Amino acid sequence: MYHTLAVLVENSPGVLARVAGLFSRRGYNIDSLAVGRTDNPAISRMTIVVEGDERVLEQVSKQLHKLVDVIKISDITSSPHVDRELVLIKVNTDAGSRGEIMQIAQIFRANIVDYGHKNLTLECTGNQEKINAFEEALRPFGIKELVRTGKVAMLRGAKYTNINRTKEED
Amino acid sequence: MEITCAEALVRCLEMEGVELIFGYPGGAILPVYDALKDSKIKHILTRHEQGAAHAASGYARTTGRVGVCMATSGPGATNLVTGLANAYMDSIPLVAITGQVPTVQVGTDAFQEVDITGITMPITKHNYLVKDPKMLPMIVKRAFHIARTGRPGPVLIDLPKDIAMTPIQFKYPDDVKLMGYKPTVKGHGAQINQAAKLIMQAQRPVIYIGGGVVNANASEELVWLAETIDAPVVSTLMGLGAFPGDHPLFLGMLGLHGNKAANLAVTECDLLITLGARFDDRVTGRVAGFAPRARVIHVDIDPAEISKNVISHLPIVGDTKKVLEALLVRLDKKQNTTWINTVGYWKHEFAPRYRPGGEYLKPQYIIEEIYRHTGGDVIVATDVGQHQMWVAQHFAFKYPRKFVTSGGLGCMGFGLPGAIGAQFGRPDETVVLVTGDGSFQMTLNELATAAEQSLPLKIFVLNNRRLGMVRQLQEFYCDKRYMAVDFTFVPDFAALARVYGFKGFTVRTDQELQTALTEAFSDQGPVLVDCAIDPDENVMPMVLAGADICDALDYE
Repeated sequence: MYHTLAVLVENSPGVLARVAGLFSRRGYNIDSLAVGRTDNPAISRMTIVVEGDERVLEQVSKQLHKLVDVIKISDITSSPHVDRELVLIKVNTDAGSRGEIMQIAQIFRANIVDYGHKNLTLECTGNQEKINAFEEALRPFGIKELVRTGKVAMLRGAKYTNINRTKEED
Repeated sequence: MEITCAEALVRCLEMEGVELIFGYPGGAILPVYDALKDSKIKHILTRHEQGAAHAASGYARTTGRVGVCMATSGPGATNLVTGLANAYMDSIPLVAITGQVPTVQVGTDAFQEVDITGITMPITKHNYLVKDPKMLPMIVKRAFHIARTGRPGPVLIDLPKDIAMTPIQFKYPDDVKLMGYKPTVKGHGAQINQAAKLIMQAQRPVIYIGGGVVNANASEELVWLAETIDAPVVSTLMGLGAFPGDHPLFLGMLGLHGNKAANLAVTECDLLITLGARFDDRVTGRVAGFAPRARVIHVDIDPAEISKNVISHLPIVGDTKKVLEALLVRLDKKQNTTWINTVGYWKHEFAPRYRPGGEYLKPQYIIEEIYRHTGGDVIVATDVGQHQMWVAQHFAFKYPRKFVTSGGLGCMGFGLPGAIGAQFGRPDETVVLVTGDGSFQMTLNELATAAEQSLPLKIFVLNNRRLGMVRQLQEFYCDKRYMAVDFTFVPDFAALARVYGFKGFTVRTDQELQTALTEAFSDQGPVLVDCAIDPDENVMPMVLAGADICDALDYE
């Protein structure tokens, strides 16, 4: 089963290497990892999607906790949350296919962010299933290039993952 | 007034109470050595950086203080790696300081540049590359704090040469605030209550101890616990000495080469009280066959150890000493007469034994004689291999921090530098090194360090002219197809030792052994005894790979 972890880390050099290294050397499978700084520039937030059963997940989060730079970990999989991913797709076009592609973009509420003679670049945001469906819809036209950000996620409602609650209070 | 970062580093070390540094200088670390010249901190020059790391580890193991080692960039730093991995696996507090090429050259494959923070990421508790000179005092403060608190471990500080020479306003911080590092020390009250209840209900309890008891200095509380609840104690290699080896409730080491009584007790117990041990594969054998009838209480400072290998029914995260203090007030005295009688019978029936006789000295006999000649009250360092297991089986360690050995990493070559560090840590005590001819040859360059520092080490080489443990493995797992285990050339260790100012003995008979032992322990100086032992002797009992620990092979 896939789990989504929200991980707050100190924005220090090497922190990404520490986290990535931990996953690889202990044999945990990362499905995706997205990272960027938070409203507090000293703190970055990672959204890590990892595959494993409860026991593996318990070990993953305990081992992550052991990293001095890791401040807080929440497994938000089972709580209501919003998750989004962004994709950029460059797809082949010609006069015949352009209209159809623009229709597909409309259906998926994607934006055309670059227009070329023989190609279009589209941007689409959504959960993983939507992104997968969008990719499949464009595949017949010939995808030249594709890049996905990996999932970012946040709890719904009044609950939040922030450093106001520290590790100990978890 | 401003001082350089190098000077600030030395001041920080002084303020941390560091009295000794084991190290080896070089280009990138020059400024630090220059600053060290004016300090009262003593620097021990080893003959190899690996020796410095192991010596710092031996010092830390015998004193409980943070060991400090130092090396230059590049090869100096990589030579520390084995020592750091060794300390990491055994949870030993170290601070390693390495020089680094100047900041502008970092990342350019400069002369003697390696990415040591990258290399040591998986084998240090944490590490730092100093980028901002102003941060140096805080980094040192944090490094010592991280090394010695929680589950202890090595921390590395990599200091680029230009930063070392940069002047800063020096102020050593008073306290450490780390958002992501808050070890749990006090055990959870409700869990401890629950543990007390389980203990009072248990009819066949066993206490299983590891190095965590030594690290927590919890020996006194442990004895109190065992005697209060009338439970036998089994120990990992790292736990030996935490519980008195001559105590009637002690069953010895458990696991792959463990005492049969210890393994049987674990197999039959209904409650396994685990204190500062981590269910290592060398302890459990086949996991499903480990303590199959028991509920498991697991006390550990590191939450990640809970249920990692063996599912724990009642975890208590905290410092073993603190948890035991809290637990003891909740317990009443109880007796488990039937269980203790059974266990006592096993202990007597399956006491460590060996086949005497033959043309060679028996290694087990040599260990017993070292024990007899010293009353057991010495520090014993070992290397890794058969001799290490024979020491663990036949030397009844009575006190904690007196057994210096490489457990988790199983690092041959640790012995001599480890013994050197131990002797510096406990200058008034006799330090015995029991090693093998294989391990000894890995780091015997440090004999020069021992000689230079006038250390009165007593070294016993159990010499079978081969890699005995590997040979034993090949006997059982490779159908006796022996490969790369025999030395066709072995130096005369006694003569070699004499070159380094030791008294050297070669012994083949009991009489020669007795003479050498008497000499070794009456002489004030360093002595090496090269003991010719049976090359075909095996470590028994032995649990084969994949077997349950109660199904060990033994002498017929």
